Amino acid sequence: MINIESLRIELPGFTLQDINLSIEDGEFFTFLGPTGAGKTLVLEAIAGIIPITGGRIFVKGRDITHLPPDKRGIGIVYQDYALFPHLTVFENITYGLRYHNADPQKSGKLVEKLMVQLGLKALAQRSIQHLSGGEKQRVSLARALAVNPSVLLLDEPLSALDPNFREEIREVLKKLHERLETTFLMVTHDFAEALFLGQRTAIINRGRIEQVGYVSEVFRKPITPFAAEFVGMKNVFPAIFDGTKVVVDGLEMQAETMFKGREGYVAIRPEDILIRQETVSGNGINVFGGKVLDITDRGPYYEISARTGKVIFKAMLSKSDFFQMNLQTTKNINIAIRPSDIHVF
Amino acid sequence: MKKKIDPFFWIAVFSTSTVVAFILFPLVEMVVQPSFQDLKEAAQDPDVLRSIWLSIYTAGMAALISFIIGTPFAYLLARKEFPGKKLVESIVDLPIMIPHPVVGIAILGIAGQNHWLGQIMQQVGIHIMGTVTGIVTVLTFVGLPFYVNTVKAGFEAIPVRLENVSRSLGASLTGTFFRVTFPLAWRSMLVGIIMCSARAISEFGAVVIVAYHPMIAPVMIYERFTAYGLKYSQPVAVWLIVVCLALFLLLRIVSLPKESKA
Repeated sequence: MINIESLRIELPGFTLQDINLSIEDGEFFTFLGPTGAGKTLVLEAIAGIIPITGGRIFVKGRDITHLPPDKRGIGIVYQDYALFPHLTVFENITYGLRYHNADPQKSGKLVEKLMVQLGLKALAQRSIQHLSGGEKQRVSLARALAVNPSVLLLDEPLSALDPNFREEIREVLKKLHERLETTFLMVTHDFAEALFLGQRTAIINRGRIEQVGYVSEVFRKPITPFAAEFVGMKNVFPAIFDGTKVVVDGLEMQAETMFKGREGYVAIRPEDILIRQETVSGNGINVFGGKVLDITDRGPYYEISARTGKVIFKAMLSKSDFFQMNLQTTKNINIAIRPSDIHVF
Repeated sequence: MKKKIDPFFWIAVFSTSTVVAFILFPLVEMVVQPSFQDLKEAAQDPDVLRSIWLSIYTAGMAALISFIIGTPFAYLLARKEFPGKKLVESIVDLPIMIPHPVVGIAILGIAGQNHWLGQIMQQVGIHIMGTVTGIVTVLTFVGLPFYVNTVKAGFEAIPVRLENVSRSLGASLTGTFFRVTFPLAWRSMLVGIIMCSARAISEFGAVVIVAYHPMIAPVMIYERFTAYGLKYSQPVAVWLIVVCLALFLLLRIVSLPKESKA
């Protein structure tokens, strides 16, 4: 188990603070957040690479706060691979073995197994300069895992890769985690990666944790406006509540969940906002007349901005629906939202 | 249709040829002016040989001292931020800006009998005035900044992440230095040694104040020029240039990166 207590790091112009986390042994935990949020700082603090201002870090009950990085038994894999350019693939992978006085036969077997699993056998004697991005990242993973660390830190390991390699390494990471007992901590700014790989996640913004929980739970029930926006709820508004009645900037809606308190937020996924040209059938709850403001082509779908009253909603529309409706800006439309799709917090 | 040449092309041709000619012409002329007989005589003159050897020896010692004390210092400057770092960096550059005789005078000022440091040095038997020690001291003073700045840039070019990874794999600070940093930085150290000794071997003004004798080659060239004229100083200068070029060329070749194997 990794326990982080009140971790604080002060840098010129940036402070990471109030980081409290417990991560289970063998978990795949992700740190999610935008660039500059402080995610990598948390990793580097765990690895012992940067000095911390306050707080403590425990791994398996051992206080490692003041241990040098070489005494922590924590591996690290960087986005840019950080392979030793003067060594071959095999020399890179076996770099750390001499510092771990394990049975040489056993560690040799582990290296062999990792090289087979990661498809590196044929590359062993190659210079690392001639490897592809995916191969480099596999070498970097093998090197970190060869010393059998209790924790593996992954700093945006997929970000520098081409899309096809990204998918490959993502699969590799998932498989490795399933086979090994190592705890994986990964930093990413991509929610889809966290969904695919992670069990629990911490959303970090401006040096603070916004929310910790299972990825699917954070996806469905964000608890801060930032977390809501980050998980793709493009419609996040401050609201005034009265039981299940919600008022957003003068627009009255009906939610399913009762909100305790008067002021809070509502968040609605763009895919949950229905846009129709004809009058929407149903019981008339949460159906509003509005006008199309803007249409953006997002590749597989269109994003529609539509205004009703003073509120602007963002909705997603499939290409076929879009063409069938022949939507254009300033066109009048109907907007409908199911009460169960309105998330309140 | 005739292709029109951009006027910038002619400016580039003009400036390049001017700069190259300005540097090469006097040097080439000096090298070809002395007769073969003059060169042969100079090469057989023990005083000339001694002075050229002393120049190389003292410059080499200055480079060695710079390597020993300058390497950890350059690493510190490349890797750590600390209050007053900019000031320390400016101090390192000072010897580049100070007029050369002033360097000699400054060093004599603290090495003389009127200074407490000079008194201590005399008691332990270190003499600066008119000694090889004095020459090496002065050359280290003028050459050290070139070594430190070159090697600092070399260390900075090595991503700190490589060292972080090495530490995370269990290597200590020292282990990391010798297994990662040094193998990636030794070329820049060699270039630093070339820069430092090149600067040292060309020093005249500071050395002449601290030690006219024993005579390093530039002092001898100056002495022959003032006592006997241009004709007698040129052969010595030619030999100094030839020997230095050969040495620096050799070091350069060693410091060039090998063609990487596929």
